Amino acid sequence: MFKKTGIAALVALSLSAGGAFAAGGAGHIEDVDFSFEGPFGKFDQNQLQRGLKVYTQVCAVCHGLQYVPLRTLADEGGPHLPDDQMRAYAQQFEVYDEEIDDFRPAKPTDHFPMSQLETAPDLSLMAKKRAGFHGPYGTGLAQLFKGMGGAEYIYSLMVGYEEPPACAPDDMEGSYNAAFTAGGYPDECKDEHGKPTVPGSWIAMGQPLWGDDVEYDDGTEATMEQQSEDVAAFLMWTAEPKMMARKHAGLSGVIFLTVLSVLLYLTNKRIWAPIKGKKTS
Amino acid sequence: MSGIPHDHYEPKTSGQKWLHNRLPIVGLLYDTIMIPTPKNLNWMWIWGIVLTFCLVLQIVTGIVLAMHYTPHVDMAFASVEHIMRNVNGGHFIRYLHMNGASLFFVAVYLHIFRGLYYGSYKAPREITWIIGMLIYLMMMGTAFMGYVLPWGQMSFWGATVITGLFGAIPFIGESIQTWLLGGPAVDNATLNRFFSLHYLLPFVIAALVALHIWAFHTTGNNNPTGVDVRRTSKAEAEKDTVPFWPYFVIKDLFALGVIMVVFFAIVGFMPNYLGHPDNYIEADALVTPAHIVPEWYFLPFYAILRAFTADVWVVMFASWITGGIIDAKFFGVLAMFGAIAVMALAPWLDTSSVRSGRYRPMFKWWFWLLVVDFVVLMWAGAMPAEPPYSTISLIGSAYWFAYFLVILPLLGVIEKPEAAPATIEEDFDAHYGKAETPAE
Repeated sequence: MFKKTGIAALVALSLSAGGAFAAGGAGHIEDVDFSFEGPFGKFDQNQLQRGLKVYTQVCAVCHGLQYVPLRTLADEGGPHLPDDQMRAYAQQFEVYDEEIDDFRPAKPTDHFPMSQLETAPDLSLMAKKRAGFHGPYGTGLAQLFKGMGGAEYIYSLMVGYEEPPACAPDDMEGSYNAAFTAGGYPDECKDEHGKPTVPGSWIAMGQPLWGDDVEYDDGTEATMEQQSEDVAAFLMWTAEPKMMARKHAGLSGVIFLTVLSVLLYLTNKRIWAPIKGKKTS
Repeated sequence: MSGIPHDHYEPKTSGQKWLHNRLPIVGLLYDTIMIPTPKNLNWMWIWGIVLTFCLVLQIVTGIVLAMHYTPHVDMAFASVEHIMRNVNGGHFIRYLHMNGASLFFVAVYLHIFRGLYYGSYKAPREITWIIGMLIYLMMMGTAFMGYVLPWGQMSFWGATVITGLFGAIPFIGESIQTWLLGGPAVDNATLNRFFSLHYLLPFVIAALVALHIWAFHTTGNNNPTGVDVRRTSKAEAEKDTVPFWPYFVIKDLFALGVIMVVFFAIVGFMPNYLGHPDNYIEADALVTPAHIVPEWYFLPFYAILRAFTADVWVVMFASWITGGIIDAKFFGVLAMFGAIAVMALAPWLDTSSVRSGRYRPMFKWWFWLLVVDFVVLMWAGAMPAEPPYSTISLIGSAYWFAYFLVILPLLGVIEKPEAAPATIEEDFDAHYGKAETPAE
């Protein structure tokens, strides 16, 4: 009763206050049907391996994954590389070892390197920290019902490079991206309240994916969209490597507790029966 | 312990007598678990058990997390990632702890509003109510400091904003703020003391919970009718009550089971839904997030804090009459703490002689409006501090204070309550009375 009233009030309010957010500056986020969405969603192992390739050959030039141990590439519920492939993969990175005071090839226990370019953010948690477009109107409903999150953001950013809008001056630094909202907006692209009139803004990173940037081992056609989806899925895994174990544990908990609740319901009904029924004396 | 007449523990064997004469702990447990409980308690009386469970859950998961967490500004964020990636089951334990805080507050708000509706705060349960409010304050402090520990952007900036509130106190504010932070700004000293206190306060809460239970076991539970259990004889008391075990233990466990199904679904399938994504960005003192938003359970009071801006006439008046000592910022802080203080004073502000809202036709409307007000404030607290949200927050805050300071005192005078049943038994039989009419 309490909860229902609350949710109803919330929904009513959100709908009435909607207009304020619908304008520019919201960033255009595409909804992608990722395999890992929903309670039963799983990572697609092949997709993670393709995404790893895109990351390695394109993103890693500037960006790092400092929280991700290389050995986890062989983990179940992740890219699940065979052990020898994971070891071979690790060796391509050079890491500084304090003990020998020198660089050496990375071992499986080492992490991915940090970002090579100082201004390039680390990507380990990108898919979790960019899950914040709680639309529509700050309700979180898109996240709840469409499974939209940081992976969608990354995909949209990858495919969001567009011709700059007409309002923009020619000398804007960076590239216009319809999904990106963290950059600056030129005054020409703002309304009288100072709110942006265009969905995206200007990002320092040039367009990284164009199509056929990598050659996939499984023969998948490496279109820009395909690569963007794959790398977004891979970065979802780096952000939430235990997602599958978590969903599995959650599901076990739900099933076990449902059975327990049914048993407790029946017990409760039975012990209360004489109390509720012994009215005639 | 209870004033309601009932059977007490009698040691039977010589071993039991030996222990009982030295430490009557079995008797204490027996009296606690077998306490006569009004048999008409409805489903809003389950939150006490849920809250107790939450406290245990948070302490157990918290202790495990503390084994792997490092309270240092350079390592805290990475150590949380270490828990999420390398510690066996660490990701699930952390998500249980994270969402356990949310469940804790869902339960405490429902528990508080149940008390407000059924007049559980009224005599003779004022002490129970006051202790409850203290527990609630402690919970807020604990949750706030816990949120700082992962050392993400919202941790850092939330801590900066909230400790800044103390800086708004005239004359001594800045000294207090420095003392709380252990330095001029949120830094390693802050993180360390927050970790220490975050570990300590739950045990203080546990002690307060024991007092809370002791207090209402002395007065007896309230119930949906607000009518007292008859106490003249054991036989009469037994018509109004059943022992807590097994009747309410099983009922409450069933309710807890259902709530746990939902809880596990959230932890398993959408553990970050209630959190702020910015907290997965490591704290950076040089980058201020666009919107600093506290956790959802603080939002109603955060809205009240922000509602009183310098252009509100009460703020201008307060500023003028105090010669500028009370500015808008300090007024907001006073309003926020005042919002909780007026709630704590409810036992003395409510003048109605009828305890339960069920028999108060006018009160009901005002009560449900308060519930809606609470939800509206929660929503407004998450929105940017600009029109129309600031106006909505202000109206919401005004109603919050009006409810406790004006409506509750007045209603007791002008309202004509309906007749409550004479006994709990009567209420119970009216609900389950089928057996009363013999079948033809």
